[in-house]
Amino acid sequence: MASNPISNTWSLTKIRIRLAMRNKMFLFFSLLMPMIFLFLFATLWGKGSPEKINFILGGILTLTVMGGFWGLSVQLVSFRELGILRRFRLAPLGSGPMLASSIVANFILVVPFVFFEMLVAKYILHMASWGNIPAIFLLVMIGSATFSAFGLVVASVTNTMQETQIINQLIWMVFLFLSGATIPLAVFPGWIQRITLFSPATYLAVGLQSAATNQVVAFEILTEAAALILGLVVAFEISRRIFRWEPEAKVPARAKIWVLAALIPFLAFGAYENYSGRMLKRVSTMMSFIDRPAAGAPAKPETEQ
Amino acid sequence: MAEPIIQVEDLYKSYGAVEAVRGVSFVVNEGEVFGLLGPNGAGKTSTVEILEGMRTPDRGTARVCGLDPERSGSDFKQTIGAVLQSTALPDKLKVKEALDLFASFYRDRASTEGLLKRFQLEEKRDAFYKELSGGQKQRLALAMALVNNPKVVFLDEPTAGLDPQVRREIYDIIEELRREKKTVLLTTHYIEEAERLCDRVAIVDHGKIIKTGTPRELKQSSAGTTRIEVRLARPATEAALRGLDGVSDFRTMGDVYVLYASRAPQAIVSLVKHLEADNNELQTMEMYSPSLEDVFIELTGRRLRE
Repeated sequence: MASNPISNTWSLTKIRIRLAMRNKMFLFFSLLMPMIFLFLFATLWGKGSPEKINFILGGILTLTVMGGFWGLSVQLVSFRELGILRRFRLAPLGSGPMLASSIVANFILVVPFVFFEMLVAKYILHMASWGNIPAIFLLVMIGSATFSAFGLVVASVTNTMQETQIINQLIWMVFLFLSGATIPLAVFPGWIQRITLFSPATYLAVGLQSAATNQVVAFEILTEAAALILGLVVAFEISRRIFRWEPEAKVPARAKIWVLAALIPFLAFGAYENYSGRMLKRVSTMMSFIDRPAAGAPAKPETEQ
Repeated sequence: MAEPIIQVEDLYKSYGAVEAVRGVSFVVNEGEVFGLLGPNGAGKTSTVEILEGMRTPDRGTARVCGLDPERSGSDFKQTIGAVLQSTALPDKLKVKEALDLFASFYRDRASTEGLLKRFQLEEKRDAFYKELSGGQKQRLALAMALVNNPKVVFLDEPTAGLDPQVRREIYDIIEELRREKKTVLLTTHYIEEAERLCDRVAIVDHGKIIKTGTPRELKQSSAGTTRIEVRLARPATEAALRGLDGVSDFRTMGDVYVLYASRAPQAIVSLVKHLEADNNELQTMEMYSPSLEDVFIELTGRRLRE
């Protein structure tokens, strides 16, 4: 009888949550950083407009959810470099539970931070409404898993921590500035907006901003959800296949192309969104909504559930 | 008669141009403590890691409890316990958590409370891994190797880099495993460890086993000679030293002349007389009773630590 992958995944998940909670860096980047951004953006752009706080919260939630991408890749590479993964390899564990536990732990850790950020936005920054909570949590759930899986792909294709940091920086910059999470997409020229439709971060950011500003109900973010789920499946399978336990098991340079392979679903969705114009229209509607006079009526009735 | 529980036949493993294991074959019986004794780079770790299912041999066969370590996956891992040459765990993992976590992966689980007590880690149960001393970390690694009540335990250099006091504590633990009739495959480059702990020893060098036997058999095979190591003020000729009364064999290791004496007192007297006649001086002299080190030197012309 083989050992049980589900119970193994759960055992690892519990330990990874404990380790994360003992890691000051994790707490700083997951809790404090988004909070700093939330107050900074609210002070710079949100003054006098509760709707803008909703929009800003959408971007902050995106940063929180995407954070797993960075943390998990660095953790996995450091575990491999230090020989920690070797010790796990001796146990009756496959790569599946090892990787899945990263994703599950990340999801469990992200949820309370998302709640906390929403509470701060509502009660301290006086956000206009709670937004569409089911849509927000659907995207948080899927997004945290997808971006964790991207982190695992990076960890699997890099040989050293230095290499991981470089690749992470490059990808993170794109996620941060070409998704709408920090700079609203509407301010970019049309051709840049079209390019951003090929980035997974755009699906999460636009989805969360739409949900936070109450522009959509859960059903209307199915395209975003589908893109992220497909990205998750492809990225998880790639990372499982090229996962390495041994510090000396180096991957050839050409294997880094797998990072791009993980983005294939977004090429297809990007092409579709460019063709349909659906997402860019939503971006434009959202901007009109938050830019309208503060006393104006909501552009769409609240659909909070 | 005990049944073979580990069977290794004609095992080869290379890393690029380096041939780490070159045709290793041996058998370990159930309940036996078997040692692979050899210098660093002799191929001991590669052999053990093939048996642990961590490496794939280029050719040859390995069976542990009748299972192929490479292909039997989870079932195989349920039956073995191992201490790697260097064990690492996350810095902020607590001792008890580590034992509970690893125990949770197995069907047959030893009591983690029992392991904490046995390995004198009770007081450190809530300590982070990074707070443990080298000896405590190694005791934890040994405890983790036993969380599944394994049939076979692999210990790869379990005392390397530890101070003598901690080393003795680890010896006690391994002796306890022997009393429990666990099958243990131990790699070491410490003569004392192999002599004290192993029922049988295979001497390994350059990826090959060059001699196998009980420590007593191996020492007897070195003709029961006393090793006399001398440094002289001026070089001496091999023929002169080899021909001294009581000297049965001779070799040089750097600036040290090694005399193997079947009759040590006669050999020393004749050496001193020879040096006086040759107007040479004795700078240092050390004598050793027959040990596995002598066997190794006889077989390879080198010391284990070289």
